[in-house]
Amino acid sequence: MCPVAPQRLSPVLDVAQVHRLTLYSGCMGPQCRGLPLRVVAPPLLFLTALLAAGCTQWADASAPQTTVFPASDINRQILDLYALIFWMAVVVFVGVEGFLLYTIVRFRRRADNQMPTQTHGNTRLEVAWTILPSIVLLVIAIPTIPTIFAQDTVPPNATQRVRVVGHQWWWEFQYPDLGVVTANELHLPIGQTARFDLTSADVIHSFWVPRMGGKMDVVPTRTNLLWFTPEQTGEFLGQCVEFCGIQHANMRLRLIVDTPEGFEAWVQQQRATAAQPSGDAQRGAQLFQQGACVGCHTIRGTNAAGTVGPDLTHFGSRRTVAAGMLDSNPQNLNRWIQDPQGVKTGAKMPNLGLSDADAEALAAYLLSLR
Amino acid sequence: MATVTAPTTPARGGLIARPIAPTGVWSWLTTVDHKRIGILYGSTAFFFFLVGGIEALLMRTQLIRPDSTFLGPGEFNALFTMHGTTMIFLVVMPLSAAFFNYIVPLQIGARDVAFPRLNAFSYWVFLSGAVLMHLGFLVRSVPDVGWFAYANLTSRAFSPSGSVDFWVVGLQVLGVASMAAALNFLITIIQLRAPGMSLMRMPLFTWTTLITSILMVLAFPVVTVALVELMFDRLFGTNFFNTAQGGDPILWQHLFWVFAHPEVYILILPAMGIVSEIIPTFSRKPLFGYPFMVYAVASIAFLSFTVWAHHMFTTGLGPIAVSFFAASTMLIAVPTGVKIFNWISTVHGGALSLKTPALFALGFVGLFTIGGLSGVMHASPPVDTQQQDTYFVVAHFHYVLFGGSIFGLFGGLYYWFPKFSGRMLDETLGVWNFILMFVGFNLTFGPQHFLGVDGMPRRIFTYPPNMGWDLWNLVSTVGAYILGLAVLVLMYNVFKTLRSGERAGNDPWDGRTLEWAIASPPPHYNFATIPTVNSRDAFWAEKHPYLGTHELASNTSELAVAGNPGAEAPIPDAHDPRGAEPEHDGHGHIHMPDPSYWPLIAGLGIFVTGLGLLFSIPLVPIGLFILIASVYGWSLEPVNG
Repeated sequence: MCPVAPQRLSPVLDVAQVHRLTLYSGCMGPQCRGLPLRVVAPPLLFLTALLAAGCTQWADASAPQTTVFPASDINRQILDLYALIFWMAVVVFVGVEGFLLYTIVRFRRRADNQMPTQTHGNTRLEVAWTILPSIVLLVIAIPTIPTIFAQDTVPPNATQRVRVVGHQWWWEFQYPDLGVVTANELHLPIGQTARFDLTSADVIHSFWVPRMGGKMDVVPTRTNLLWFTPEQTGEFLGQCVEFCGIQHANMRLRLIVDTPEGFEAWVQQQRATAAQPSGDAQRGAQLFQQGACVGCHTIRGTNAAGTVGPDLTHFGSRRTVAAGMLDSNPQNLNRWIQDPQGVKTGAKMPNLGLSDADAEALAAYLLSLR
Repeated sequence: MATVTAPTTPARGGLIARPIAPTGVWSWLTTVDHKRIGILYGSTAFFFFLVGGIEALLMRTQLIRPDSTFLGPGEFNALFTMHGTTMIFLVVMPLSAAFFNYIVPLQIGARDVAFPRLNAFSYWVFLSGAVLMHLGFLVRSVPDVGWFAYANLTSRAFSPSGSVDFWVVGLQVLGVASMAAALNFLITIIQLRAPGMSLMRMPLFTWTTLITSILMVLAFPVVTVALVELMFDRLFGTNFFNTAQGGDPILWQHLFWVFAHPEVYILILPAMGIVSEIIPTFSRKPLFGYPFMVYAVASIAFLSFTVWAHHMFTTGLGPIAVSFFAASTMLIAVPTGVKIFNWISTVHGGALSLKTPALFALGFVGLFTIGGLSGVMHASPPVDTQQQDTYFVVAHFHYVLFGGSIFGLFGGLYYWFPKFSGRMLDETLGVWNFILMFVGFNLTFGPQHFLGVDGMPRRIFTYPPNMGWDLWNLVSTVGAYILGLAVLVLMYNVFKTLRSGERAGNDPWDGRTLEWAIASPPPHYNFATIPTVNSRDAFWAEKHPYLGTHELASNTSELAVAGNPGAEAPIPDAHDPRGAEPEHDGHGHIHMPDPSYWPLIAGLGIFVTGLGLLFSIPLVPIGLFILIASVYGWSLEPVNG
């Protein structure tokens, strides 16, 4: 308790005065109670700086899997809804936290025996602040429902059909209308609505290309539907977003959106049977056909017809190895073939004890399969 | 003068002599005293808080930079599974139970709970469950399927090692403990309130205990069913979730979330109750809008059973189901928001003392608001399809479970520590604990919102560079280490205080509720005379009869005026010399429940049954035999003289 009336602060405070200042109570000196400014200010300033930094950094357009830079029609609709909810939340946040901070500062205990009026409540106020949030939520609910239905209703003009099969820990993509089967890398033409039929060969995964649309789980025993219309060309990253076992983190995919002509060219290339090996690739082709590889992989146009692992007919046209883990190049592919367990522990591809030379030959062959 | 002495004559008859020692290790193993059981729960929970915290620090260390090889995927996956399971079932729930145990009988003016031996049994079964769940560490087969263990990853086909079984059996046993405790507290609160304490005069913490107990009784059976089905699939070849034979993995999700959504309210309501005690005490004003607060808690509990599928928005439920659950999830935000406004309004117009308990309670209000707002974002399914399974969700639930539950429980620790121990925790260290925890927490989880928006999924053991995730992961890890420092400060504070802390009197905070009317720590029998209660905040009304007390009793609407408010005998303290009370026996003793071995032995029986399910089936009938025999002994056990 202050033995004397608290000093009035002069309009211009010197540093020493500020240092001794107790937050807003106007009291100075060791007899003041409560947290001194020098204790409260640093965390507050720090938090404000953090918030500001975050708000300028939060929407990073250079983050390949950013959720707030839509590249499809449905994603723009989702973002519009999110923007509404987000800004309303900011208003509520500023209001509530502001009220909280104001109350804490304004109603600090000034004297040991200070006894405030024992207010028990205010029914009118409480009813008001029950109804007001309900209205806010209604404002959020009203545009939400149509967006749910829009997201859920595949448009009738969805001509590009892709069947997605999730595997531990890679993605199989089939284009049933086009006769194309590939893995981990998906191509689509810009401006054409794509419809995805999603299922799993083993456990629950989730298919997600954040710039294109919301995620949809990939569940064994059922087929879920997803759709979007790409509105930008380019390369878009995605990955599995439902924990599916040891290598869930490395079950990545990429979507390449091309012009219609580019897409057509890709389709024609993918439909063709495997390229005939020549030169160094021949030895690799032989090793492949005679080795264990054919038990798990398909290369159309050869005897390899395994379906456990990805279709490798056009492996050489893909940009990555091991479901997006490594860029596709001779060194990485060599490493993967020789030591898949070292690269991706727990992956279904076993170490086959291949020599350096054999692995190199196989890599050369696979890279030739464009 | 009423004398209270410990019974000196052990009972005759019964299978084994009933214990009588009031001190020593055996007295703790056979205690049925709610206060000791509270301390057992609290200490065990704190130990697991450290375990779960270390698991978190290990994970954050792995994620500090891209492509880190500090931990492998198997280790990381086990860590996030155990971290979540530990924090939920072995930290927040038992910390809440510690407070239910210690404080609720005191707040309602009772001498113990309705079933003291069942209370002890709950603790021993809880400890069994905690140990069973961690046995995987001993055989290097730690659960690694996430704390919600989605089928069909958990089937034998995809989780061939026994790791999942430790999770299933451990959780099943923990469920038994929770159910027993919940029933006990439910009945205690309904039956053992002091005369004059109507439901609407109970302290709010007692209300949240009551409602949490109802939630537990209704929700745990659902997960029990789910766990039995999973256990049968894994151990006995049934096909509930086995897709190869026509099982449906989505069934697991429904069963699990019907339990687990109410479970998250089980996790938050006790902390809300604690905050509802601290804020009025430190503002020197009654809780603003007590009736609305009670209705809000009841509404939240009821509505919590209608929202579960918001965890399943991306599973392909169909637009109608998704719309329904979106609406119900938005609805539950309303009573939750009401509580925030009421807490702030309690401070408004008050005389706020920012001691450590108040810092944590107000920290709760601020941080829980943020968690609630991100929750409302998830409630809109289209938006959720971009947020689900990302770090945005991780940020959300840590704001409500850490910024909410843990901050509230820590507030309770500082608030009631004088009552448990008779000593005041050091205030300066407390403020430092709060500041470090507040800063560390926000640094750890604030940026995780940004990571989520930038598309970083959860439950990934590593991430590549150039995803835009590097900076915020680094910041988050630094924050986690600051949190670790905060916990060290707390531990030092507790250690220092227990050795040489300032002694606390009965009522160091000028409290409002009955636990402050008796000694710190209370005597074995709590109240020498069971008080008669005339209003809400019964103790405050006694101390400050000149303040207007708003009487909601059926017989009066008058304000109590200066002088004698017409109250019954004032709340006596432990040394009140006023005569023997009816509940004292003819020798002037208060008869307290006797200690017993049987809860411990019954717990052991359950532990052995669990061991059998995990390692060797023949142990199962042995464990069940021990359990049944101990129930027999328990029922027939005579009372000490």
